[in-house]
Amino acid sequence: MAEPILFVLMALGSLAGAVTVVAARNPVYSAMGLLGTLFSVAVLYVLQLAHFVAAVQVIVYAGAVLTLFLFVIMLIGVDTSEDWDEKLPYQRAFVGGLAGLIALFAGALTLFGNFDWVPAATSTDPDSTNGTIQAIAELLFTDWVLAFEATALLLTIAAAGAIALAHYRRGQT
Amino acid sequence: MIVAAGWYMALAAALFLIGAFGLLLRRNALVMFMCIELMLNAVNLTLISAGRALNDLNGQVAVFFILVVAAAEVVVGLAIIVAIFRRRATASVDDLSELRG
Repeated sequence: MAEPILFVLMALGSLAGAVTVVAARNPVYSAMGLLGTLFSVAVLYVLQLAHFVAAVQVIVYAGAVLTLFLFVIMLIGVDTSEDWDEKLPYQRAFVGGLAGLIALFAGALTLFGNFDWVPAATSTDPDSTNGTIQAIAELLFTDWVLAFEATALLLTIAAAGAIALAHYRRGQT
Repeated sequence: MIVAAGWYMALAAALFLIGAFGLLLRRNALVMFMCIELMLNAVNLTLISAGRALNDLNGQVAVFFILVVAAAEVVVGLAIIVAIFRRRATASVDDLSELRG
C-alpha cells in the first residue's frame, strides 16, 4: 500500500512545484518550486526502483544545477517587474486557448480513450529493473560505453565554453 | 500493490504541459530556463516508468545520459544569460531583438 499513497503525495507535490515555477513573480520562488518538483520526482524514481538515478537527480539537479540557478539570480538581481505588454499581438490569448484545448484533449483521451499506455504493466519483475549502481554500471560500460565517452567530451566542451564566455570582454578578441 | 505505468505517464504529461506553457508565457530568461528543466524531468519520468513496465534497465541508462546533457546545457545557457546581462542589463527576452532579421 505504500506506493499509491506516496505516489499521490509526490504527484501533488511535483505539480504544486511546477505551478509555482510558472506562476511566481519572483525568480527565487520559481527556483524553490523547481526544487520541490525535483525532490518529488526523485522520490517517484525510488518508488520505481531507480535508486541510482534518484541519487544522481538529487546530487546533480538539486545540488549543482539549482545552486547555479540561484547564483545567477543573485548575480543579475531579482527582477520581479516583468512587463506584460504584448510585443506579438494576441500571443498570451493564443497560448491560453492552446492550453485549454490541449487540456480538454488530454482529459477526453484519459476518460474515453481507454487504451493501454504501456503493454505488459502487470507482469513486473522487480529484479530485472532494480537500478542499483552495479546493474547500471554493467550496462553503461558494455552497451553504452561509446555514448559514455561522448558525454565526457561533451562535459569538457561545455566547461571550456562557459569559461570562454565568462572571460569575453568587448573590444578584446 | 503497485501503481500502473499509465498514472506515471499522466503525471509526466501534466508536468510537461505546465513546463511548455510556462516557456510560452514567461518573458524572464531564467524562468524560461527553469521551465525547460521541468520538461526534461517529465520526459525522464516517462522513461523510468516505461522501463519498469517493460522490465528493461536501459530506460534508466537513458535518463542518466539526459541528466548529463541537461547539466551541460544549463552551464552554457546560464553563461550566455550572464553574458547578455552584462551587455544589456536585462533578462527579458523581448528586449533582445538585436538578431532580428
